[in-house]
Amino acid sequence: MIRLDHVEKTYRTRRGDLVHAVEDITLDVADNQFVTLVGASGCGKSTLLKLVAGLTTATRGTVTIDGQAVREPFPDVGFVFQHPVLLPWRSVLDNVLFSVEMLGRDVRQYRKPAGDLLELTGLGGFETKYPRELSGGMQQRVAICRALLPDPSLLLMDEPFGALDAMTREELSLELLRIWEERRKTILFVTHSIPEAILLADRVVVMTPRPGRVARVLDVDLPRPRTMDLEFDPRFKQASDEVRDLIFGGRSAAAR
Amino acid sequence: MRGRRALAEIAVPALTLVGALAAWEAATRLFRIPSFVMPAPSAILGEGWEWRYRFIHHTWVTLYETLGGFALSLAVGVPLAVLIVYSPALRRALYPLIVLMQSVPKIAIAPVLLLMLGNGQWPKLVVAFLVAFFPIVVDTATGLASTPPELLDLSRSYRASAFKTFLKVRLPMAMPFVFAGAKVAITLSVIGAVVGEFVGSDEGLGYVILSATSYWKTEVAFSSMILLSLMAIVLFGAVSLVERLACPWLAPAGEE
Repeated sequence: MIRLDHVEKTYRTRRGDLVHAVEDITLDVADNQFVTLVGASGCGKSTLLKLVAGLTTATRGTVTIDGQAVREPFPDVGFVFQHPVLLPWRSVLDNVLFSVEMLGRDVRQYRKPAGDLLELTGLGGFETKYPRELSGGMQQRVAICRALLPDPSLLLMDEPFGALDAMTREELSLELLRIWEERRKTILFVTHSIPEAILLADRVVVMTPRPGRVARVLDVDLPRPRTMDLEFDPRFKQASDEVRDLIFGGRSAAAR
Repeated sequence: MRGRRALAEIAVPALTLVGALAAWEAATRLFRIPSFVMPAPSAILGEGWEWRYRFIHHTWVTLYETLGGFALSLAVGVPLAVLIVYSPALRRALYPLIVLMQSVPKIAIAPVLLLMLGNGQWPKLVVAFLVAFFPIVVDTATGLASTPPELLDLSRSYRASAFKTFLKVRLPMAMPFVFAGAKVAITLSVIGAVVGEFVGSDEGLGYVILSATSYWKTEVAFSSMILLSLMAIVLFGAVSLVERLACPWLAPAGEE
C-alpha cells in the first residue's frame, strides 16, 4: 500500500524562482493495483513518481509504503522511462541483466529468468543483438524486461509508450496488461493519452497543472482482460469524457 | 553498382593527385624553376630515397615525442575531466585555468620550455602534450556529463555506488567522446612535436626541415613534410582502429 499524505514538492530553478511541482497530493494505491496518472504537461506527474521512488523528498507531507516512510531510494522498484535508455555497448540480454547487476545480486542466477522474460515479451532469439539493431518498440520491451527482472513489487512507468508510434503503442499496452495479469504488481503509470489511461487502469488519477494537484480519482470498472474493442464500450466513452472534462474544463476555467 | 561506386571513390581522388603531380613536374621543368625554390616531385622522391636511413632515425625521434605527448595528455586529461565533472568546486577552480592555458600560443611557450627542460626530448614532448590535452579534457568532460539523467536515476534507485555507476554507465557512455578528442589530439601532437623541434633540436623531422632549408636543400624539407603527414594519417588511423575495437557497438555510419 502506497500512501501519499498532503504531499507538496517545491524547488528552486537556477534563476532562483520557486516552483511548486506538486501541491497537496493525497492518494492511496492498494497493492497490485494498476493506477494511471493523466494530465497536461507540467502537472508534476514525473515528480510524483520520483517522490514515490525516494529519488527526491517531499517539501511537505509524507510518502509511505506499507507504513514505512520513504526517505531514500529503495531497491524494490522498477523504472521504465519514455526513452528506453539502454546501454548501447551491451547486448539485449546484458541490458536486461543490468538491473540485477546494479542491485549487486548474483547475475548468473538471473540468466535464465532474463531469457524467459525476453521470451514473454516476444524477444526470444534477440539475446545477442545490440540495441541499435532493434526498433523503438523492441527497445522499450527490453527496458520493461530490465525493470521486471529483479521482480519488484512496484513498477513506475513514466510515459513509457510516449515516444512510440500509435500501432506499437497499442500493441505494447495490451502486452503490458498481459504481463501484469501474469505477474501482479503495483503499477504507477504516467501518460498523456486519455484512452491509454483508461484502457490500462483500475484507477485513473486526473491531475491539473501549475501547481500539480489531483483533480479527481476515477475508478474504472471495465472487465478484464481488456482489448482495444473496449473503446467502443459506452462506459469507456463515458469515462474518457469525464477525464477530458476534468483536464480541459479546468484549464478553460482557470483562463477565465 | 556498389563496386563501381567504391572504385570511383578511390579512383577519382587518385587520378586528381596523379594529375596534380604531373602538372607540378611539368611546370618545374617547363619554367626552369630552381629546385631550391620549388623542387619537382621526382627530385623530392629521389633525394628522399637518398636520405632513407637518416630519415628512419629522425622519424623515430618525432614519433617518440608525438606518442609521448599524446600518452601524457590522455593520462592527465581523462582523470582531470573526471574531477571536473564530479566536483563542481574543482570545476570552478580548474576550468578557467585550463582555458587560460589553452589560450596561450604554444609556439610562445616552446622557447621557455626549452630553458626549463633543457635540449632533450622533454620540451618537445611537453609541447605535444600541451596542444593535445585540451580536446581530450573538453571532450571527455562533455561525454561524462552527457549520461542520460534517467540512467543516473535508475542507478540511484538500485542504490548502486557512485563508483559502480561511473564504471558501468558513465565511463563507457563517454567513450565515443574520449575517442573524438583523441583523434583531434593525436594529429595536434604531431604539430606540437614539430613546433618543439623548431625551437631548438638536433634531431627529428622538424629539425630536418629547418636544417635542410638553411642549406637550400628544399627537396629534403619536402620529403620531411611528406613523412610528417604520413605519420599523422597513420596515427589517426590507428586511433580510429582502436576505437572500432574498443567500441564495436558504434554504428559504422558514425565513422568519419
